[in-house]
Amino acid sequence: MNKLRTISQDNAFRLLCLLAAGIAGVLMLGFMVQLAVDSSAAWREFGLGFIFSSEWDPWSNRYGALPSIVGTLITTVIALVVALPLAFAAALFLTDAPPWLSQIIGNAIDLLAAIPSVIYGMWGLFVLAPIMQDYVQPFLIDDLGLGRIPFVGEYYMGFGLFTAGLILALMILPYMAAIMRDVFAMTPQVLREAAYGIGCTRWETAKDIVLKYGIRGLLGGVFIGLGRALGETMAVLFVVGNIMDMPQTLSDGGTTIASTLANNFSEADGLQRSALMALGIILFAMSFLIQIISHYYLSATKSKRGEAK
Amino acid sequence: MKRFESVYPLRPLFFRKLKNHLITLFSWSAVVIAVGAMVWILGTVLIDGLKVITPGFLLNPSKPYGIPDAGIGNAILGTLLITGGAALLAVPCGVAAGIYLAEFGSGTRLGNGLRFCANVLMGMPSILVGLLVYSLMVVPMGSFSGVAGSVALAVIMFPVIMRTTEDMLLMVPASLREAALALGMTRTRAILRIVCTSARNGLLTGILLSLSRVSGETAPLLFTAMFADSWPKDYFTGPTANIPMLITEYTTNSPFEEMHAAGWGAAFVVSAIILFINITTRICFRERHHGK
Repeated sequence: MNKLRTISQDNAFRLLCLLAAGIAGVLMLGFMVQLAVDSSAAWREFGLGFIFSSEWDPWSNRYGALPSIVGTLITTVIALVVALPLAFAAALFLTDAPPWLSQIIGNAIDLLAAIPSVIYGMWGLFVLAPIMQDYVQPFLIDDLGLGRIPFVGEYYMGFGLFTAGLILALMILPYMAAIMRDVFAMTPQVLREAAYGIGCTRWETAKDIVLKYGIRGLLGGVFIGLGRALGETMAVLFVVGNIMDMPQTLSDGGTTIASTLANNFSEADGLQRSALMALGIILFAMSFLIQIISHYYLSATKSKRGEAK
Repeated sequence: MKRFESVYPLRPLFFRKLKNHLITLFSWSAVVIAVGAMVWILGTVLIDGLKVITPGFLLNPSKPYGIPDAGIGNAILGTLLITGGAALLAVPCGVAAGIYLAEFGSGTRLGNGLRFCANVLMGMPSILVGLLVYSLMVVPMGSFSGVAGSVALAVIMFPVIMRTTEDMLLMVPASLREAALALGMTRTRAILRIVCTSARNGLLTGILLSLSRVSGETAPLLFTAMFADSWPKDYFTGPTANIPMLITEYTTNSPFEEMHAAGWGAAFVVSAIILFINITTRICFRERHHGK
């Protein structure tokens, strides 16, 4: 009798926990179903051409996703190009630095990751954008003459895709550096000492031993940073300019999927709302893909770590 | 047999050393950029924020431009309500879900599937959470509401708590579980009283850090809690003031210097709350982490 009660109590607890864990699956399905249902009108109206059309005209109710998609990709690529070498170098520094220093800086980097993105956006709007307009862009574009290269652009205003990409780079830098630091720390000390022993410099050890050993974890970190940059709303919204046209150059104002949603959703209804939901499903698909890739790489390092022990 | 040097031509030591020094310099500057950016951003928030912080600013409700004695009291209270509501929803569910992954579902196909879902949810752009909750709650209820904001933040917190709970429980040695079961405890009691208790600090750290993360989230509140100049008395039925939305409203939709200054003040308050939770959590529970 007593035993029976014990078993039923355990089963009830197990069921309760299973139900709670099931929420994760339900949410996941919920995202897909909700976005698919709410965007169905737009897909019916425009078909796959929605993705390749650069129109955004609420008056005649014609919508296309191309400017937002291109803006998202450009800002993400700028963020990665800037943040990747910096994160890599910072992580190398942290693994090689004396423990007390690396701990202090590691904590600072963790704090940097805790600052809310709206504050990055605000800082970008009031501090970075004026500096870009007055000093950085005149220097790069006029003094160095980079404006003559196609797609860089000769006109600038502080706002735009380039500034948004820089803010994103600052945002994802701590995440990527923290993940890379953990990956580098996994390299067995023996391997590193062996490299020093045959006369490698620190850079050669880092490049040929540490990097080769942790390349998968490194890629996982890169894709996590990529996912964050892709879906970031507030930091981009403040500085990107929110112009719904196809960007011609890097210094143009533009828009990203997330900032288009943030800007237009509250006032939209009917077909426009459906088109925004269709943008949402494109963003969902992109970040889903990136999550899968990053977990593939990161779980591969996890099993490698198991072997190393 | 080929000579070693013909396969790997020897590089002059001078250039190898020079390259090494240059890269060391670069990695120093990378750290300086990362930390310098933090100091710069936090410094701006601190300097511009402290200028407007007065007791009245913290206690009075926000008002439209031009009306004297405006503050951000309602937004602070609203943020506490919305985040607290999110914690009430997400913490029990998240911990139970983590217990399932660690204690019942590890290695099973269902457990792996749900863990995968949680991982993907953790990387989901937060604005999509806003869209989901908008469709599921705001449209049926007919109005923006604070409780919808809580649900949106809970959706963000849930997978984070679920995964940290799992990680923390898996760190508890199996011998503790076996000892508890051998003493005749039921599985439920062993998990709640022995496993969860010994992982308590880790669980608290995970919960507090996820709480500090969502209290600054803005994107999911755009279409759920919105913003209002009133005290958050209709948390369940109407738009509710909160700090992140106040910052957004005041800086993007307003041309007035005073509003921007108030925005910096609000930014200071929210950063102070987040950094306070973050730093105290890390300090209070640090030695336990090192023990493991």
